[in-house]
Amino acid sequence: MAFTPPKETYTGKVYTLEIGVPPDTVRFGGENVLPLHGFEGIVPSRPVIAYEIQDIPPDDWPDTVKKPFKDVSDDPVSWAKFCRDALKARAIALRLIGTHPDRENRSPEDAAKTVRDILSAIDVPLIILGSNHTEKDASVLIAAAEAAKDKNCIIGKAQEANYKTVAAAAMANNHKLIAMSELDINLSKQLNILITQMGFDKERIITDPMCSALGYGIEYTYSVMERIRLAALLQNDATMQQPMLGDIGMYVWKAKETQARPEDVPPWGSLEERGIAWEAVTAIALIIAGAELLVMRHPKAIEAVEKVVDELI
Amino acid sequence: MALTGVEIFKLLPKTNCKKCGFPTCLAFAMKLAQRQASLDLCPDVSEEAKQKLGEASAPPVRPITFGVGNKAIKMGEETVLFRHDKKFVNPCAFALEIKDSLSDDEIITRVEEILNSEIERVGQKLRVDAIALINDSNDAARLEAAAKLIVAKAHEMPLIICASSPQAAEASLRLYADKKPIICGANSENAELMADIAKTYNAILGITATASGGLDEISNITEKVKALGVTDMVIDPGARKAKEILEQNTLIRRAAIKKNFKPLGYPIITFAQREDGLKEALIAAIGIAKYSSIIVLSSIEKWKNLALFTLRQNIYTDPQVPMQVEQKIYKLGEPTSESPLLITTNFSLTYFIVSGEIENSKVPGYLAVMDCEGLSVLTAWAAGKFTASKIAQFIKESGVENEIKHRELIIPGYVAILSGAIEDKLEGWKITVGPREANGIPAFLKSRAA
Ligand code: SF4
Repeated sequence: MAFTPPKETYTGKVYTLEIGVPPDTVRFGGENVLPLHGFEGIVPSRPVIAYEIQDIPPDDWPDTVKKPFKDVSDDPVSWAKFCRDALKARAIALRLIGTHPDRENRSPEDAAKTVRDILSAIDVPLIILGSNHTEKDASVLIAAAEAAKDKNCIIGKAQEANYKTVAAAAMANNHKLIAMSELDINLSKQLNILITQMGFDKERIITDPMCSALGYGIEYTYSVMERIRLAALLQNDATMQQPMLGDIGMYVWKAKETQARPEDVPPWGSLEERGIAWEAVTAIALIIAGAELLVMRHPKAIEAVEKVVDELI
Repeated sequence: MALTGVEIFKLLPKTNCKKCGFPTCLAFAMKLAQRQASLDLCPDVSEEAKQKLGEASAPPVRPITFGVGNKAIKMGEETVLFRHDKKFVNPCAFALEIKDSLSDDEIITRVEEILNSEIERVGQKLRVDAIALINDSNDAARLEAAAKLIVAKAHEMPLIICASSPQAAEASLRLYADKKPIICGANSENAELMADIAKTYNAILGITATASGGLDEISNITEKVKALGVTDMVIDPGARKAKEILEQNTLIRRAAIKKNFKPLGYPIITFAQREDGLKEALIAAIGIAKYSSIIVLSSIEKWKNLALFTLRQNIYTDPQVPMQVEQKIYKLGEPTSESPLLITTNFSLTYFIVSGEIENSKVPGYLAVMDCEGLSVLTAWAAGKFTASKIAQFIKESGVENEIKHRELIIPGYVAILSGAIEDKLEGWKITVGPREANGIPAFLKSRAA
């Protein structure tokens, strides 16, 4: 029996986003097919992986992922430089975790200074993330967005509780914006609509449907991402056509599989390789589901994912 | 193409005799079209109709059991392309490759590695499921000798024999005649011979395309083999690069499900072997997510198994199961009346992580899980569902006061702000603020227990 390849016909397209200042820019999104389905349409850009750094030393990261940065992570600027120069990071995600009231409760001014220091030291597409304390983030991200004015960064995350302030800060300073909601396609859609109703350009939003790690609910993130993509491409739903973020590192490196010593759980094998595999497998699964921007930590996990992406493109 | 209810109706006896348990032939036809009834319920259906309908109503991906006994692997039977539509049915199997060019000792070591691969994760026993014996030596006698070693060591383990020479395949297959093995390597040149052997030894036949032939060639071979009387097949579309695996697997599954295209309605076998173990794990991950029924690996390090077993488990869970867990007091470990009591919300991820960390601490305890409509702690608090008065009411009504002697409740660090208000509302109780993140729980509980 003759076989005709059952190609899908798509009506929608994911917006293309570009961040950074020329010549140091990266692009992602833009495909008019399901993730990496280059055989039936256009996949103009590869997913972008940003190295995660933070404003305070990574005391709460497990040893496996602290180690590669041990000589630089005391200072965000040298950490960022190391990622860009030695690890060839295409983008950097700065998490202002030190501003969290339960951590060091650093001020918005402190955060702004960290952002300025990094941007004056290196040219790199930058993603600026708050500490996920919606109230505090509102003030921190205003200051951070201002400090990065016109550098075409990504500011995040705008959530239901603070989107007005965060989106306004991103808009006023010419940045892109991450809109995050919790594992529900309708909440994602609704937040995108609310933000665009403020006059924010829908083509400057990145959707974060909320990440989860392998073994800890990755199937929820996976399926919400697949559903968002299907809505964007098959139903041409313009409120769902934003590129998607997989904020992987912070979830993966909390899982006990990335921390338990082999002495304690012999059937789990080598801790270092296990942790790296945990992050890389989480990333590949979400890339297959539709993530175009990923925030990751371990250089070896990132390297392996990049190699497989080479094969996928 | 799947038949519509009306098309099926035309093939039924149209007597409305009700013997099928449905009021009319038409009602029965509608159920058949939705795959909610099976044709053998009608005793009067003609042979011709049976044949036509049997074809059309068979599951789009043929159900096949690989191996026999305890370790048999069910494959196929899939009905959807995306897991949110309906649960993926039969989790893919992992097979470790063993080349017959290895020494006897090396072969035995690898077999032992497979036999020891079983681990338990959230109540399920997970393991490497099968062996793929590769005729790397191109020597029939060596292949047979290797198969002998394997069957002696692991006679229950399902076996895939990869050999393109029918003669080489036959000798080793004889050892597996009653074990439903897979013989992989039927192509357009040797299809007749291979089909003959598969029939003789009751084996599943693995169909392979030449590099340029692709799915068109595969379809021709499966049709030919089927006409020769072999019904159980697996497909190796020849894809080895990640991009091709994604493309071929997607087209095969789509053709089977959306077009009911029978020549590709078989389970897929993916050869994911790579020199770099981590890269191999990532290629396998693509196979798990996108439709492979068997994934062949070149190594099975423990860390790799754990990651792949977990991804398989996650992808194959039932998406219909709600993201909430039941509101109640969960006992973790074997708590006594002095054990600590913690509280959190009933979002299933929150519950998994918090209960996992309490177990991790090895300190037995009680976890009060409060119904907050499946929201996480911070969201539930922001939404007014995880408030002091609601927490107090839940604790009072839960009956936990009869189980524990102390009156101390540990609340998530994120809602530290609630501690005073809860103390006001829960008379005689002391509220302790626990860690913000679940991963702080083990240290927190251990230091208290010390
Ligand atoms: S048993 Fe057969 S003939 Fe009788 S009503 Fe059912 S479908 Fe019709």
